[in-house]
Amino acid sequence: MAVWSLLAVNSLSLGGLLFLLSAGFSLIFGLMRIPNLMHGSFFMLGAYLGASLLQRGYNFWFAALAASAAMVVIGGLVERLLLRRLAGQELAQVLLTLGLSFVIADLCLMIWTGDPIQPATPAQLGGGVRTLGMFFPIYRLAIIGIAVAIALGLWVLIDWTRLGAMIRAGVDDAPMARVMGIQVSRLFTAVFCIGAALAAFAGVMGSPFLSVYPGLDADMLPLALIVVILGGAGSLLGALVGSFIIGLLYNFGQAMFPDLAYVILFLPMVLVLILRPQGLLGRVQT
Amino acid sequence: MTSNPGRTGFVLLLLAILATLPLWMTSLYYVNIASQILFWAVFALGLNVLVGYGGLVSLGHAGLFGFSGYVAALLMVNGYSHAAALPAAIIGTLLMTAVFAALALRSTGISFLMITLALGQILWGIAYRWADVTRGDNGVNVAGRPSPFGIDLTEPRAFYVAVFITFILCLLSMLALVRSPYGASLRGTRDQPRRMRALGFNVWMIRFIAFLFSGFWTAVAGILFIYYNQFISPQVMALQTSAEALLMVISGGTATLAGPVVGAAIVVIMKNVVSAYVERWNMVLGIIFVLIISFMPEGLVPGTARLWRSMMGRRRAAKMPLGLKVAGEGSR
Amino acid sequence: MSALTVNGLCKSFGGLHVTRNVHLNVEPGERRLIIGPNGAGKTTLFNQITGDLKPNSGAISLLGKDITKVPPRLRAHLGLARTYQIITLFPRDTILRNVTLALLGLSKLRWNPFVPLDRQTALMEKAEEALGRVGLAGLKDRPLAETSYGERRRVEIAMALAQDPKVLLLDEPFAGLSADERHGIAKLLASIPRDVTMVMIEHDMDVALDFADRITLLHFGEVIVEGSRAEVVADPRTREVYLGA
Repeated sequence: MAVWSLLAVNSLSLGGLLFLLSAGFSLIFGLMRIPNLMHGSFFMLGAYLGASLLQRGYNFWFAALAASAAMVVIGGLVERLLLRRLAGQELAQVLLTLGLSFVIADLCLMIWTGDPIQPATPAQLGGGVRTLGMFFPIYRLAIIGIAVAIALGLWVLIDWTRLGAMIRAGVDDAPMARVMGIQVSRLFTAVFCIGAALAAFAGVMGSPFLSVYPGLDADMLPLALIVVILGGAGSLLGALVGSFIIGLLYNFGQAMFPDLAYVILFLPMVLVLILRPQGLLGRVQT
Repeated sequence: MTSNPGRTGFVLLLLAILATLPLWMTSLYYVNIASQILFWAVFALGLNVLVGYGGLVSLGHAGLFGFSGYVAALLMVNGYSHAAALPAAIIGTLLMTAVFAALALRSTGISFLMITLALGQILWGIAYRWADVTRGDNGVNVAGRPSPFGIDLTEPRAFYVAVFITFILCLLSMLALVRSPYGASLRGTRDQPRRMRALGFNVWMIRFIAFLFSGFWTAVAGILFIYYNQFISPQVMALQTSAEALLMVISGGTATLAGPVVGAAIVVIMKNVVSAYVERWNMVLGIIFVLIISFMPEGLVPGTARLWRSMMGRRRAAKMPLGLKVAGEGSR
Repeated sequence: MSALTVNGLCKSFGGLHVTRNVHLNVEPGERRLIIGPNGAGKTTLFNQITGDLKPNSGAISLLGKDITKVPPRLRAHLGLARTYQIITLFPRDTILRNVTLALLGLSKLRWNPFVPLDRQTALMEKAEEALGRVGLAGLKDRPLAETSYGERRRVEIAMALAQDPKVLLLDEPFAGLSADERHGIAKLLASIPRDVTMVMIEHDMDVALDFADRITLLHFGEVIVEGSRAEVVADPRTREVYLGA
C-alpha cells in the first residue's frame, strides 16, 4: 500500500515535470508546425546551467530562474537568427533543430564532462511528510504543486490574455491569423522563448532526482514527443493529460517490468496512432 | 533518365576504379575506409527510396539498421550459422519494417518524421534496457565473418569485394526502380498524392512497398555493418545514426542515385578524419547539418554546381529550397 | 441506367453547409453543366463524387453502382475521371510522362519495379494518342514547367481522356484562359464522342452554355433550378442568383 502511494506521488511529480517540458513543445508544434528537436537540449542545458549555479552556492530558485532566463535568450537567438531564415520550410527547420541538438549535446560534454552531476534537493524542501502512516518526499509534492501552478498560469495566459488569443488564432490557422493582422513571426519568437524557458525550468527542477548527464537530452526528447502525439499538438490540456499518463506508466512500468519500462512508455502512443491519429485531445483538421 | 554518354563513361570509370581497388590499394586502412563508405552507401540508398523518391523523411531508420544487426549478431552468438542468421535478420527486419510502415504511414510530412523517430527510439530502448536478451550497453561481439565459396572474408580485401558486390546489386536495384513504372508511381505520390489517388493509384500501398524496399537494403547494410565492426551496441540505433544516414542522403542530393553515395563518402571520410584529431564528431555532424540546411539546402552536388555557376558569372542561379520534397497529406 | 446519380447529398464543415440535399441524375452520353456563383459548392460536390471528401449523408452511384463508400482510387477504376480547376500536374516531368502516369493508374504495370517505363511502347503509344486528341502531339517531350497555362489545361484533359473514362468531370476547364484558348478547348470538348458522359462546373454561364444539354444551377450548396438550356436561362431564379435582383 505504502509502496503504491509513493509510486503514485512519484508518477505525479514526473508527470508534472513532463508537462513543463512538453507544454512548450506542444505549443511550438501547434503554432510553427515543427517538432522542436532541440527541446531535450533546452532541458539538459537548463539542468547543467542550474547545477553549475547551485555548485557556486546560489539559491535553488535563483538557479532555476536564471537557467530559464538564459534559455529564453538562446531560444530567441535560435528562432530569430536561424529558424526565421527558413520560414515556411518546415522540414529544413526540423533538421536544423536536430543539427543544433547535436552541437549542444557535444558542447555540454565539453564543458561539464561525462560525469553525472546530482544537485541536492533544496534545503527548505528536503525531508518528507508523514501522513496516514506513509512518508512522502516534500520535494516531489512541491514539483506537483509548481507544475499545477504553471499549468494554471499557462491556461490563464492562453485563454484570457491578448497574447494567448493570438497564439490560439495562430495554432488554429496561421495564414488566417496573419490576414487578421497578427504578427505571426513575433508570436513564433515568443512561443519559442516560452517553450525554451519552461524546458530549462523543468531541467533544473528535475535535476535532484533525474541527475544531469550526457544523453539526458536524448532521454527527454522522445518523452515530449510521446506526450504530444498522445495529447494532440497545440493542446495544453492534451499535454497535461499525456504527461500524467506517461508519468504513471513510467513509474509503474519501472516497478513491475524494469527491463521493458522504457518500451511500455510508447505503447499508448502506438494505440493512439492506430485508433485516433490526431491525438486524444487534438482536433481533426478540416 | 537522360543517357549522357560522357556521364555514363565517367560513372563506369569510377566503378572500375572501385572494383579494382583491392588490387592497387596497398594500405589496408584505406581498403577498410572504402568498405565503410560502400556499406553506408547501401544504407543511404535504401533510405533515399523513402526520403528522396517517396518524400517521406524517416528518422527511425537507425532502429531498423540496428535491429537487423542485432538479430544476426544474437543468433550467431547463440550458435546459429551465418546461413541461418542472415536470412533471419533480413526477414525479421522486413517484418519490423512492415510494423513501422503500418504505424508511420498513418500520416505524412512532419508527423511521419516524428512517428518514425519515436519508433526508432523504441528499438533503441529495447536494445539498451532489455539487457537479458540484448546484453544492454555491453553490446554483442560477433566472432568471425562468413566464408562464402570458401573465400575467407576476415581478410579486409576479400571483405571489401563482398561489400562492393552487394553495393553494385543495390545500385542496380535502385536503377531499375527509378526507371520502372513503379518508380514513376512512387514519385507521383510524393508530388501529388491526391491526384494520384484520383488517377487510380493506391497511394498507401505504393508507400508501404517503398518502405519495405527501403527496409530491405537497410537490413542488408546492418548485416554488413556488424560483419565489419564485429560488434554492435545500442549506440548504433541512436538518433545520431539516423541523422547521419539522413545527412548522407541530403548532403549528396536527394532523389538521385549518385547523391547518397557521394554523401556516404563525404560523411565517412569526414568522420574518420575528424575522429583522428578530435573527439568532437557529434559537434561536427551538427554543424554540417546546420550549414548544409542553411546554405546549400539542395545538397552538395547540385549546390556546388550552383555556386560554381554563379562564381563564373554565367547566371545567378537561384538557391533552391531543401532538395527534399515532403509528401503532403493529400487526403483532402 | 443513369451514368451518374447523386441522391440527397449533404456536407457541412462545422456549421457551414456546403452541400444541401443535392439530387442529380445524369444520363449516359449527356453533357451536364453545373453553374453557380463562387462559393456555391460546385467543387465540393465534385470532391464528394470523386471521393476526396466524404459526404455527411446521401448516396452517389456511378453507372448504377453505389460508390458512396468506394475509395477514390477504385472510382477511377470504375470509369470516373476528372480535371482540376487548380492545375495539379507533375511539373518536373514532360508532358508525355504526365499522361503516361494517368495511363499507369489503371494499368497493372504500375506495380512493376523491374522494367524500364520508357520501353513500354504500348503505353507510350496510347499516351501519344491521347496527346494527339488534345492537339499536343508535337510538344510531348517538353517539360511541363515550360508550357503555357492553356497547354496545361489540355494536358489535364489528355490525362483524363487517356483513362478512357465513362464519366468525365471537368472543373472549370476554361478558367484563366484567353478567348482563343477557350474556343480551342470548347472545340476539343465538342469532339469527345458521346460514349463519354461529361459533367462540367463553370461559374461563368456564358462561356459554357453551348456545351450543355442540361443545366443545374447551384447556389449556397443547394440545387435552385434544373432543366434544359433554354429553361434554365429563362428561369427568373437564375437571373436572381446571377444579377442579385
